[in-house]
Amino acid sequence: MMRAVSFRLNGKPVRVTVDDERMLLWVLRYDLGLTGTKYGCGASLCGACTVIVNNEAVRSCSTPIKDIARKQVLTIEGLGRPDRLHPLQQAFLKLHAFQCGYCTPGMIMSAYALLLKNPRPTRAEILDHMEDNLCRCGSHKRIIEAIQAAAQTAKRGAR
Amino acid sequence: MTGEGHLSRRGFLTSLAGSGLFVLFRLEPLLAQEPARLPSRLNYPTDFNAYIRIGKDGRTTCFVGKVELGQGAMTSLAQLVAEELDVPFDSVDMVMGDTDLCPWDMGTFGSLTIRQFGPVLRRAAAEARAVLLHLAAERLQLPVEQLAAKAAAVSAARDPGKRVTYAQLVQGKRIERHLERVPVKPVSAFTVVGKPAPRKDALAKVTGKAKYAGDMGMPDTLHARIVRPPAHEATLKNVDTSGAEEIAGATIVRDGDLIAVLHSRPDVAEQALTLVKAEFDHPAPTVDEKTIFDHLLKAAPQGQVVGESGNLEEGEKLAATLFDLTYLNSYVSHATLETHSAVAKIENGKATVWVSTQAPFMVKTQVSQALGMVPQNVRIITPYVGGGFGGKTLARQAVEAARLAKIAGKPVQVVWDRAEEFFYDTFRPAAIVKIRSGLTTAGKICLWDYKVYCAGDREAKQFYDVAHQRTISAGGWQGGNPEGLHPFAIGPWRAPSVNTNTFARESHIDVMAAKAGADPLRFRLNNLADQRMVRVLKAAADRFGWTPRRAPSGRGVGVACAIYLGTYVAMFAELEVDKISGRVQVKRVVCAQDMGLIVNPDGARQQMEGCITMGLGYALTEEVRFKGGEVLDRNFDTYEIPRFSWLPSIETILIENDDAPASGCGEPPIVCMGAVIANAIYDAVGARLLQLPMTPARIKAALK
Repeated sequence: MMRAVSFRLNGKPVRVTVDDERMLLWVLRYDLGLTGTKYGCGASLCGACTVIVNNEAVRSCSTPIKDIARKQVLTIEGLGRPDRLHPLQQAFLKLHAFQCGYCTPGMIMSAYALLLKNPRPTRAEILDHMEDNLCRCGSHKRIIEAIQAAAQTAKRGAR
Repeated sequence: MTGEGHLSRRGFLTSLAGSGLFVLFRLEPLLAQEPARLPSRLNYPTDFNAYIRIGKDGRTTCFVGKVELGQGAMTSLAQLVAEELDVPFDSVDMVMGDTDLCPWDMGTFGSLTIRQFGPVLRRAAAEARAVLLHLAAERLQLPVEQLAAKAAAVSAARDPGKRVTYAQLVQGKRIERHLERVPVKPVSAFTVVGKPAPRKDALAKVTGKAKYAGDMGMPDTLHARIVRPPAHEATLKNVDTSGAEEIAGATIVRDGDLIAVLHSRPDVAEQALTLVKAEFDHPAPTVDEKTIFDHLLKAAPQGQVVGESGNLEEGEKLAATLFDLTYLNSYVSHATLETHSAVAKIENGKATVWVSTQAPFMVKTQVSQALGMVPQNVRIITPYVGGGFGGKTLARQAVEAARLAKIAGKPVQVVWDRAEEFFYDTFRPAAIVKIRSGLTTAGKICLWDYKVYCAGDREAKQFYDVAHQRTISAGGWQGGNPEGLHPFAIGPWRAPSVNTNTFARESHIDVMAAKAGADPLRFRLNNLADQRMVRVLKAAADRFGWTPRRAPSGRGVGVACAIYLGTYVAMFAELEVDKISGRVQVKRVVCAQDMGLIVNPDGARQQMEGCITMGLGYALTEEVRFKGGEVLDRNFDTYEIPRFSWLPSIETILIENDDAPASGCGEPPIVCMGAVIANAIYDAVGARLLQLPMTPARIKAALK
C-alpha cells in the first residue's frame, strides 16, 4: 500500500511516499539515493545491508519501510565525514580492514551496534556479534583488530 | 589499424584533453602469458598498453586497463609509478578499467598485474623521468648528469636553488614519447616500493562513497528482473506475461531468449516477475554432486602429457612400496559479496556500460557484438568491483543490461540476485586426480605417475625431485571440453587448477611420509632439490615451532607447500577435530611466501591472510549441490562460506628475495589450504580425507 512514512535518517527528518512493504534497503538506495548500504543476499544472511535502527543493527534488505516509521536510522553515510571519521572508520582505514570493500559498510555498522551496547567487547564477543556478517575476501583478521582498536580509542575518549 | 578498429593511437591521445607528458607502453610483454587463451585483440593499437600523464597541476595520472577487485592493484601500481618517476605517492591518481580512457588490457587475473604488467609500468615511469630530466637540462642549462629528480622536481645536484618542478616542465606542452630502454632503479635505491603504503581506496571504502556498478544508476534508470530457466539445459516452452503487464509502470521486454520486466523500482520489478508464467522443458537430470566424478572420468577429454622424465617402469622396479590413490574435489562457487551488476545507457549512438568485471576489454567486445555496434561506440567503465576471484571474467549481465537499454530507450540496471549469482557462476570444476607413486627403502620418491582430470594443468608438474615421473592433464577450466561435460558453466577460480593439484600432491606426499614412518617436513626436505622451496619451508617451520614426529601424532599439525607461477609458499597449520560431530576448528596457520621482489609488504600480507581465510571454505564446507543443470544452492544458508568464528590465528612471513622478479601474491597461499588441513586432520585423528570439502560427514565416515 502506498503511504507516507516519516523517520529520521542520519539525524535529519525524511518523509517518503512509497509502497509501505518496500524494504528499507531499496528505499535508501533508490528512493533516497544513499548507495553506501549494499545488497548481498536479500535474505538477512550476509549482513552487507546492515544499518542501525534505534541503536540496533538491522538487516535493511528484510525490513519493510512501514516498520521504520518514526524511528531513527543511521547508515554509513551518516556515521562520519571524510574529515571527521568515526573511530571505527578510522580503524578500518588505518588497518586496511577491507579488500573489495563491498561488505565494509555493513561490517562497520554491525560493529557500531556492538560498541554501543558493549564498549569494551572481548575477542569472543566480537566474533559472536559479527558471525553473520560475511566477507569473501578474508579480511576477518583485520576487521576484528579494527573493532578492538576502535574500542580502545573510544575508551581513551579520543576522536 | 584496419577495419572496424577501435581507437587509433592518435584518436586515443586526442581524446584526452590538456597538455602534459605522455608515455606509451609497449604491449608485447603482456602477450607472453598463456597465448593460447588470449582473446582476440580486435585491432586494438599494438604499440602501447597503458600510459602516464603528468599534468600541469603536478599530479600524475596513470591509466591502466587493470581493475581494483580488492586486491590492492590501485595502490601497488601507484607505488611503482611513484618510485620510478620520483613523485610523491600521494600525488599519483589511478584511472582503471575504463575502455575509453585506458589502453587495452587482457584482464585482471592470473596474478599478472605485478608480475607481467608491473615491469612494463616501471619502465614507462622511468622513461617519463628521463624525459623530464632532459627537459630540465634545457631549462636549467645544465647537463643531465648534474641533475637529480626528487619529489616531482628536478634540481641541480650541487646547487639545490636551481630547481624546476615537473609541473613547470610540462606546462603548455604536449609531449608524446615512446617507451625506450631506460634503466629502472636498482632495488637498493627504492624509497616507496618495498614499503607499506596507505591504500588509495581506503577513504572511499570506509565512508560508503566507493561506487560499484550497481551504484551507478541515474534517476531515470529502470531495474530489470529477468525470466530465468530452472536448469541450464532447460528450454522455454511458453510464457504468459499478462499478469506482469497489469503492474503499473512495468514494461515487459521480449527479445529472443531474453524476457525481462523493467520498472523504476527493483522490488516492483521483482513482484512483476513473479507474475510471469513461464514453462520450460528440461530433460531429466543425469548427474548430481555424487555421481559427477564417474561421469567426468568417462567423459573427460583425452589426456595430454604435460611433463615427463625418466621411465615409469624403471621407477616401479626401484620401489619398495607402491601407492595408488584418487583425490576428488567438488564444484566451488566464487560467491563474491557483490553479485554481477551492470548499468547500461545508450545515447546518441554510443553505449556506456558500468560493469562489475575483471576484463573490461573483453566485455567491450561482448557488448558491441550483442548490440551490433562498432566497438568504438561502446565504452565499458569499471568502478570498484566487489570481489572477483576469476568469477567476473565474462559479463553476461552487461550484455543483458545493454540489450534491455537499447530496447527500452532508457538506462537499465541489471543486478543479479543471489540465486542468479549461484546459477550463472562459472564454478571451479569438480575434478579427479589419480596418483600412482613409489618409494624406495631409503624414503626417496622413485616413481610419480600423475593424472589430473578436469582441473587443468597449471602447476600440475611435480616439483619434488623424482627421477621417474609423468604428468597427464585431461581437460580443465580453460575450455575446449566436450559438450555436456559439466552440467553448467565452469571457469577460473582463484589460483585455477592449482588448488586441486596441490591438494592431491601434498596429501599424497604425506601419505607416503606416513607409510615411510617419516616426519612429513623431513620427508619433504629429503625429496626436494629446489633450494628456494627448502628455504621457504624452513622459514615457516621455524616460526611454527615444528618438532619432527611421524603422523598421526595426535597433535593435529600439518604442512603443505606449493609453487604458483613463480611464487613459493609453505604453510603449517594446527587444528582440532571433534570426533563426535566431525567438525574441524583450525587454530593456527603460519604461512611463508617467497614472491621475489615485494612491492607492498602490507598488501602482500593482506592477500595471504585473505587466501588463508577464504581457503578454509573450499577445504571444509564449500560444495555446489545440483541435479543436472539445476543448481540447488541459491544462497548463503546452504552454501557455507567462512565466518568469523572459523578464523584461526594467522601469521605471515615474507621471504626477502629482491633479486628475483616480482611475482603474484593474490593467489598462491590459497592453494595449500586443502592439503594442509587434510594433513593436519590425519595427524590429529589418523583419518585420511581424499575428497574436498572435508565436511563433518566425510570426516565421520573416514573415522569409521
